[in-house]
Amino acid sequence: MASQISTYLYLRPWLILILLLGPPLFWMGVVYLGSLAALLVNSFFTLDDFTGLVVRRLTLATYQDLFTRANMDIVMRTTAMAASVTVATAVLAFPLAYYMARFASARVKASLYLAVLLPLWSSYLVRVYAWKLILAKEGILSWFVAQVRLDWLLNWLLSLPAVGGPSLSVSKIGIFLVFVYVWLPYMILPVQAALERVPKSLLEASGDLGARPGQTFRNITLPLAFPGIVAGSIFTFSLTMGDFIVPTALGNSSYFIGQAVLSHQGTSGNIPLAAAITVIPMAIMVLYLIGAKKLGAFDAL
Amino acid sequence: MRSNLEPSHESRSPLTLRLAAIAALLFLHLPVLIILLYAFTTDETTYSFPPPGLTVNWFGVAWGRNDFWNALFLSLRVAGVATAMAILLGTLAAAAVYRSKFFGREAISFLLVLPLALPGIVTGIALRSAMSLASVSFTFWTIVVGHATFCVVVVYNNVLARFRRMGLSQIEASMDLGANTFQTFRYVVLPHLATALLAGGMLAFALSFDEVIVTTFTAGQQMTLPIWIFSQLTRPRDRPVTNVVALIVIVITFVPILLANRLTQDREA
Repeated sequence: MASQISTYLYLRPWLILILLLGPPLFWMGVVYLGSLAALLVNSFFTLDDFTGLVVRRLTLATYQDLFTRANMDIVMRTTAMAASVTVATAVLAFPLAYYMARFASARVKASLYLAVLLPLWSSYLVRVYAWKLILAKEGILSWFVAQVRLDWLLNWLLSLPAVGGPSLSVSKIGIFLVFVYVWLPYMILPVQAALERVPKSLLEASGDLGARPGQTFRNITLPLAFPGIVAGSIFTFSLTMGDFIVPTALGNSSYFIGQAVLSHQGTSGNIPLAAAITVIPMAIMVLYLIGAKKLGAFDAL
Repeated sequence: MRSNLEPSHESRSPLTLRLAAIAALLFLHLPVLIILLYAFTTDETTYSFPPPGLTVNWFGVAWGRNDFWNALFLSLRVAGVATAMAILLGTLAAAAVYRSKFFGREAISFLLVLPLALPGIVTGIALRSAMSLASVSFTFWTIVVGHATFCVVVVYNNVLARFRRMGLSQIEASMDLGANTFQTFRYVVLPHLATALLAGGMLAFALSFDEVIVTTFTAGQQMTLPIWIFSQLTRPRDRPVTNVVALIVIVITFVPILLANRLTQDREA
């Protein structure tokens, strides 16, 4: 019996393909892409202000509500944060990635690799919580700053308009720090992979032709590592755009995109507006991905 | 891959590079240690440092909390079921991509990675929109569906990488010796995939156990452990219990990741 079925299948490879591919394709195609379609459809519905119910008729009314000053501020704030977090993670990640790719022995490299992977996979929420403890007014960072007599510097930072606040645990600086912390591993790995692929012969050739180490780094290593940085930036940018945990935990009343989406779908049940707002980061990410593809980031993933 | 890329030892790393690398490592790992310390603090109402005293009382208090146990069990059940679904769907997709060439094969990887590459709120609000359109109410299964969707790619990547290392010759040999498809799968393919399945499954489990962004949109009033912690983050009522719970979450997610790492290392070495 089993061998009969086996022979039957063996002679019909297309049937095997359908059996194998069917379930995952159904799942991702219907459940996931279907949901994305539902998101788009919902953004063209509107919420009836009197009944508080979603009116299922296609209209552009919700998109008109979207382009208000307040909403545009939220988009600008989030995009600016995503961009600065991306630059900061790239700067912080590069030395470690460079060390891993060029200098670490196989043994050291394996443990460094694990040291980067562990925070990437685990306890995202707990790691955000840890910073709530660290940045609190009575927490370890304030204590340390007081020990080294740099209170004036911290107070000056907190007194800055736009980025400061009553304490680091309620400020833009705090949000920025925590974003950089939680997304750093996503930048290290692609940069390290890109540096790993820089051919040693090119570096030697550059040296033989009389370039100083600094020149070789600027003209050979950096341009070849750049697609890796762009690949990492896809993650850091996208993850920052879509996060509401960090700004909720460490922010004040000025919202980020994720918080706006959450509050519209939650208390007021305004799923159409929440969906329409989500279309903005989706559009920004699509543009970003197209740009990244042009810069060769997908070969570096 | 590993052996032919011996690092260049002739040039020693510059001191500033080493210091910058060490600084990045400390930045990545020191903050978690603070959780370990605060789980033992006697301070109930603030996050003061240094802690005024140390105690193990809060572990007992957390043990007696029903809301903690309920949230923990819900998270474990969701992660277990989502992982099982991810293993099934991810393995099927990897097998299909590995053994046949078909139109749109490249698109499969892209489709699978999309839920992880797009911002988390997109997947969340998309599922929420679909539930609203189809008038589905929040249940255990709505959480599972969301988690399985972004876990599939983890298993898929692990299994596909293993398939590619395995090569077709062993499968062909098994068939030549008279084994049918099912016997070949049971005695040749499955043993080969075992550790990749386990590693992918553990990573998927850790990913699901920890997830909060998508869950917020698909859980309704249900409390998974991350949602419980998130509620404490915004309105801290039980700081000492939260500290203990945070420590427990670290342990629960670290163990499978370390095991997964070990499982994939052994094969590659």
